[in-house]
This record gives sequence, C-alpha cells and structure tokens, in this order.
Amino acid sequence: MTVYNQISENKTKTFVIMFFFILIFSSFFFLLGKYFNSPWGYFFLGFFISLASSIGSYFYGDKLVLMTTGAQKADKKTFFDFYTVAQNLSIAAGLPMPSLYVIKDSSPNAFATGRDPKHSVVCATTGLLEMMDRTELEGVIAHELSHVKNFDILLASIVAVLVGTLALISDWVMRSMWWGRGSDDDDRSSRNPIFFVLLIISLILTPIIATIIQLAISRKREYLADASGVLLTRYPEGLARALEKLKNNSQPLRKATSSTAHLFIDNPFKKKNSSWFINLFSTHPPIEERIRILKNL
Amino acid sequence: MIYALGFLGVLIVYLVAQYNGFIVLKTRIQEALSGIDVQLKRRADLIPNVVETVKGYAKHEKGVFAEVTKARTALMGAQSPQEKAQADNMLSGALKSLFAVAEAYPDLKANTNFQDLQRQLEDTEDKVAYSRQFYNSNVLDFNTKVQMFPSSLIANAFAFKPFEFFEAEEEAKKSVKVKFD
Repeated sequence: MTVYNQISENKTKTFVIMFFFILIFSSFFFLLGKYFNSPWGYFFLGFFISLASSIGSYFYGDKLVLMTTGAQKADKKTFFDFYTVAQNLSIAAGLPMPSLYVIKDSSPNAFATGRDPKHSVVCATTGLLEMMDRTELEGVIAHELSHVKNFDILLASIVAVLVGTLALISDWVMRSMWWGRGSDDDDRSSRNPIFFVLLIISLILTPIIATIIQLAISRKREYLADASGVLLTRYPEGLARALEKLKNNSQPLRKATSSTAHLFIDNPFKKKNSSWFINLFSTHPPIEERIRILKNL
Repeated sequence: MIYALGFLGVLIVYLVAQYNGFIVLKTRIQEALSGIDVQLKRRADLIPNVVETVKGYAKHEKGVFAEVTKARTALMGAQSPQEKAQADNMLSGALKSLFAVAEAYPDLKANTNFQDLQRQLEDTEDKVAYSRQFYNSNVLDFNTKVQMFPSSLIANAFAFKPFEFFEAEEEAKKSVKVKFD
C-alpha cells in the first residue's frame, strides 16, 4: 500500500465516520425525544449538534486537542533540538514545517494533529524532550511526521473530537435523567418504558462503540508510521531505543483523556490504571512488538 | 471502426497521463534541488563569520582559512548538481580541519559565539543531508519510471533522461589528518 492509497483511504474513512456519527447521534436524540414525548424536536437538536461538531472537528479539531492537553507553543530558542529536528525531517519528507507544541509533563509522549500537512501540529511532552537524545528524538518526530504525511492526523483528530462530544453528551443525558426524575413526575406516567430501556442500552453502548472506532483506526497505524518514519531517518535503531525508553517509563500523562489517547505515540495511561478489560480495548499495539519489528528491519 | 477509435482514444488518454506523470516528477526534482540550494547558501553564508571568529584566536593557521575560503568560493560558483555536491564535500572536509585546529585553542572553544556558530553549522549540515535525501528519493521515483516498461517507451519518445543522484562522496567520510606546525 502506497502513501497515496493511505491518504485517500483516510479521507474516505473520515467522511464515513462523520456520516455515521451524525446518523447515530441524531437517532439517539430521536430516542431521547420519544422518551420526553417530542421526538422530532430532539432529532433536529441532535442533528445540528452532531453536524456542528463534525464540521467543527474538521476545522478546529487540532486546536481543541491542543487545548484539552494543555499544550503550549514551542519556540526555537528553548527547544532547539525539537525545533531543528522537526525542521530537518520535514525537509526530508518534503512537507511544510508543522507548528510545534509542548506539554509540560514529565511523562514522555508525543502526538500529531491537524487536518492536512499544511495545517499540522506536532506536540511533545517536556519529559520526552529531556529524556531522548537527538537520534531518538529524530525517530519519534519522523514517526509523527509520517502520521502527518498520510493524513492519519485528520482521521485521528476528528475521532478525538467526536468521541469527546459523545462522552460529554452521554454523560450529560445520564446525569439529567438521574437527577431530573424526581422533579417532574407529573407526566412520567405518559412516558413509554420501552424507550427508557432503549435509551439506557444506547447510553451503555455509545462509549463501547466509540472505543471500538478508536481501536479500529489506531493500532495498525502505529506500525505503519513506525515503518515510514524509519524510511525518513534511515535509522531504525533510533526509534527502537526511543520506544524502549517509553516502555520503561510507567508515569501516566496527566492531561490525556480517553478521547485523545489514540493520538499519542505510546499509550498515555500506562500500566497503573489498566485492567484486563482496558488491555483488551487498548488503543495501542504492544510496544515490545513494535521494538521487535524495528530491530529486524 | 468504432473499436479502433475507442482503442485509440484510450491509448491517447494513457499517453497524456504518462507524460504528465513524468512532468510532475520532474518538477518535484527541480523543487527538491532548489531546496538543497537554499541550505547550501545558508551554509556558505555562515562561513565568513566562522572564519572571522577562529581568526581572532588562531591567526597563524592561514592554510586552513585559505582552504575553507576556497571551498566556499567553489560552492558559490558551482552550477550543476554534481559540481555542487563536489564543492559541498570539499567544504565539509575543509571545515573539519578548521574545527580540528580549533581544538587546540581552549579560549576559542569556550567562546559562546563560536559554540553557537558551530551548532548552526552542524544544523545546516544536517539540513543539507536531509534535503539531499529528499532530492534523491524524488530522483529514484523518476528514474524508476524512466526505466520501467511501458513508461520507458514514453520516456524514450520524449527524451526523458534519468537524473544523477546528489551524492555525498567518500571525501566527507574520510578522517581528517591534523598537523600542528
């Protein structure tokens, strides 16, 4: 599969995901409306919220991601190695220079976001920048630039925003249903219990669906980005050593949320709060496997 | 008759697409080459500063300064990619002996201005290497297309010739002999 196939595949998947997001979201609101006896009003409310967040995620997804992770712009003087490595590798990849951001956190990690190479962002934690030497940093940045080049960033950023919206809304509905029950029991008798059950089921299902979408888009991509990143640096050892360092760090990244987790080069939650269930639904391939593949290149 | 026309139509569309494919790749190579030029120029622009700084501490090393300046002039005057590659390699060699000389002057090594220049030079050297890599990967794409069947037929018809790679020669990899006299 060439880079060009990957690009068109990513663009198609982006639109498919947006479409299904709007569809599922609107029908969910329709159900909610049925419960409150005003299906179409709720349907249109859901339709517009989902449409707006889809369009918003396309144009402002990167900014939202940067905001939730608390990233700040990196300048050349303070982050000389980060800046020059990113500049050099964009030259090698024939890409415009991405904007660079840092997260002040000692847990090493990095991600890329944006909608296309012209509007791309590469972000690293200060922990990563301190821990890695130049060749290792080159490995990591080349990995991120590969995500930029093949438009993984578009799909991943949109999924981050949409999953975030979903989480926010289902949380809100859950709460308002929980707390709103006592106050207006005058018309409760007219509400259909079947829709209530359906609503509960879909409330339980949405986060699971969201996770599955995250899984589907992120695992294979990490291997691909590793491989095409090495094509840029011509030095698999650098990335392998960087991943080794990421593996040995057990400190979770504080600012990462479940909706942005799949963006990162390594799972930001680490082992501390992972159960067998989370491992099953892990957004990242096992890092040992990635190192093994790189060592065999 | 209709089939013949249809076949001819498909053939023409194919030819045009192939031809345009060549042009796209060729433009990309030219763009990559100008990318190398930008970095080479940045590098050449740094040299006078470096030479001046080193001169302030090591006036007597005239041979090294002359060599660096000569290599810089050669680089500025180089026209073809091959000439540029050669001149750049020469400059790398000359700079290596310049920095080897600088090792003998602790005051110079401690000078922050010198350290900064050294860092900048290293950085442009990396950038030259990476832009060369981008150029070469584009040349590889083009040359593959020129030589592969059936696009080779079109390459022949329109006289598309394979490009030369921009190569780092052995000279840059050789270790430097340092003479103190």
